[in-house]
Amino acid sequence: MDVLARNNVTISGNLSGKTIVFSHGFGCDQSMWRFVAPAFADDHRIVLFDHLGYGGSDLASYSAERHSSLDGYARDLLEICRELDIEQAVFVGHSVAAMIGVLAANEEPERFERLVLVGPSPCYIDDGDYVGGFSRQDIDELLESLDSNYLGWSGAMAPMIMGNPDRPELGEELTNSFCRTDPAIARRFARATFLSDNRDDLRRVRARTLVLQCSEDVIAPRQVGEYVHRAIPGSELVLMKATGHCPNLSAPEETVEAIRSFLRD
Amino acid sequence: MAQPDETATRAGGTPPTGPVEDDFEDLYENAPFGYLSTLTDGTVVRANATFLAMTGYTRADLVGRTRIHALLPVGDRIFYETHFAPLLVMQGEVREIAVELKHADGSRIPVLLNGVLKAAAGGRPAVIRLSAVAAADRRRYERELLHERRRAERSEAEARQLAHILQASFVPSALPEVPGLDVAGVYRPAGHGDEVGGDFYDLFETPHGWGLSLGDVCGKGARAAVVTSLARYTLRAAAMGEPRPGQVLSVLNQALLRERGGRFLTAAYAWIRQTGQGRARLALALGGHPPPLRVLREGGTEAVGRPGDLMGVFADPRLHETEVELSPGDALLFYTDGITEGRAEEGMFGEERLARSLEAARGADAAGIATRLVEEVVAFQSGLPSDDIAVLVVRVPDRAPRSR
Repeated sequence: MDVLARNNVTISGNLSGKTIVFSHGFGCDQSMWRFVAPAFADDHRIVLFDHLGYGGSDLASYSAERHSSLDGYARDLLEICRELDIEQAVFVGHSVAAMIGVLAANEEPERFERLVLVGPSPCYIDDGDYVGGFSRQDIDELLESLDSNYLGWSGAMAPMIMGNPDRPELGEELTNSFCRTDPAIARRFARATFLSDNRDDLRRVRARTLVLQCSEDVIAPRQVGEYVHRAIPGSELVLMKATGHCPNLSAPEETVEAIRSFLRD
Repeated sequence: MAQPDETATRAGGTPPTGPVEDDFEDLYENAPFGYLSTLTDGTVVRANATFLAMTGYTRADLVGRTRIHALLPVGDRIFYETHFAPLLVMQGEVREIAVELKHADGSRIPVLLNGVLKAAAGGRPAVIRLSAVAAADRRRYERELLHERRRAERSEAEARQLAHILQASFVPSALPEVPGLDVAGVYRPAGHGDEVGGDFYDLFETPHGWGLSLGDVCGKGARAAVVTSLARYTLRAAAMGEPRPGQVLSVLNQALLRERGGRFLTAAYAWIRQTGQGRARLALALGGHPPPLRVLREGGTEAVGRPGDLMGVFADPRLHETEVELSPGDALLFYTDGITEGRAEEGMFGEERLARSLEAARGADAAGIATRLVEEVVAFQSGLPSDDIAVLVVRVPDRAPRSR
């Protein structure tokens, strides 16, 4: 299957401008960028995509083995970059996608000149002096919460979604469709996300990096953002007024402005 | 349009004339569900009496002081941030999210949350209105369903593994090396291979030469599998004392009748001997089985042998022995009907496609012939064969031995 269809890649904006890739995190799909991406349309080629298992991605291309670790998602991202000849681009990753971008950038440094990490965490679980914010038991509780919430997913509906990857409108009317996925996929992505430890990968980052840290983020607390900032050589840290874990939705203006000013110099 | 039910109206007595249910304060406070309003950062700005009773907090505990996050256990808190909050912004509402609320006394109350986002207007900030419906019984039931589903998945995985182990016992894990002969077998179970079927083949040394068997037990499942194993090993045992193919099949027929399982099967048995000048001689008998095909070095195929009676049906089945000699470059293909009766929309794979495949594989070694044929049959059925497929090819190598 062709990579662009596989990840439901959408390209917009100024096609001769510098490329900016937006990558959504754990939970929902590329609509997470709906209030942010358009702000870059005048001077950037905007690349949006869905991680496998989410949004309009091709479920048949999902591999339980490949997508059991963030490396698999990073490989998907690099395949998209190769397909679109993306080099020296800007990568904006939210939540776990920040780490997916770090892994991809370390693998093929020529792809991304700059990284914007929105609410990143290299390791969610506390470890000695390191504060990730969660215990292993907390993450098990999350998996249980996922099991209780199938978000408009049922076995009866799966074939309809799977059989019509090119007709997402079939699923649009169903509630919660932006965050809908096969529960088994959500579970595996949650494990890959919340049980990962990518602290060592931060030190290898060579791209210019901006860390966007929200106040009162229950998923990536401030100490974690500061840790990422310290670990990535030469990175910048911006503490946002926005609260919560999704400033791209709750405070799009502030998010856009922070990214813009980082791209200016 | 539906008519109001008169009986019901009468049973309710005289309709009241004064205002009913117009105390909005009471409607809010004592609604049959917890009602909570928060700012978009989760700070509680209002809670109804039902919500307070449900969670054991006072209004002063919550309003202006607590974010909804503090009322959620950590797993649900992550879920709220990664799913509920984004959905609320993107669709303006969220329905049926299952979470637990932390009661002031530390216990947990399973609820279903619905939420709507009321946009900021007239100087008032945007608020999230949440209804929390107690759902303990429902959640218990859902957990049971989930538990049962997990158990079913585990059982299914075990059954699948059992099927694969059984299937592996229907054919030798590797064919023996037969001096002067090139042999290859392919076994491909039907569909995804999750069901045990009844195809088998075997190749083994006997005191009189080599024995070859291939067959197809009627039916599928564990009972068929038992007969498949019985057939394979009965043929092996019989061939040790008795070289003649007709006799070997008769022993199998007797064994099947003694079992009284009502299962029948088709089988081919061949006794292979090398003769001089690099030739091989086969004596074969067929118990209701499709005749093997001889693939001639010069091109062309011909069926060999006469189909006798099914095995396991008649006390005294008709069985015919046929002798065939293979010259260098010739091959003999034994197969089950999973090849010819492989079904696709355009019909069955059939004997013509079989002949064409063999023609195209001319010059290939035994493995080449067998693999090519099975791949074609599987591809013909879009990757999911409708029946088991077993193929065994015996070939006399060309006279100029290939260097290895």
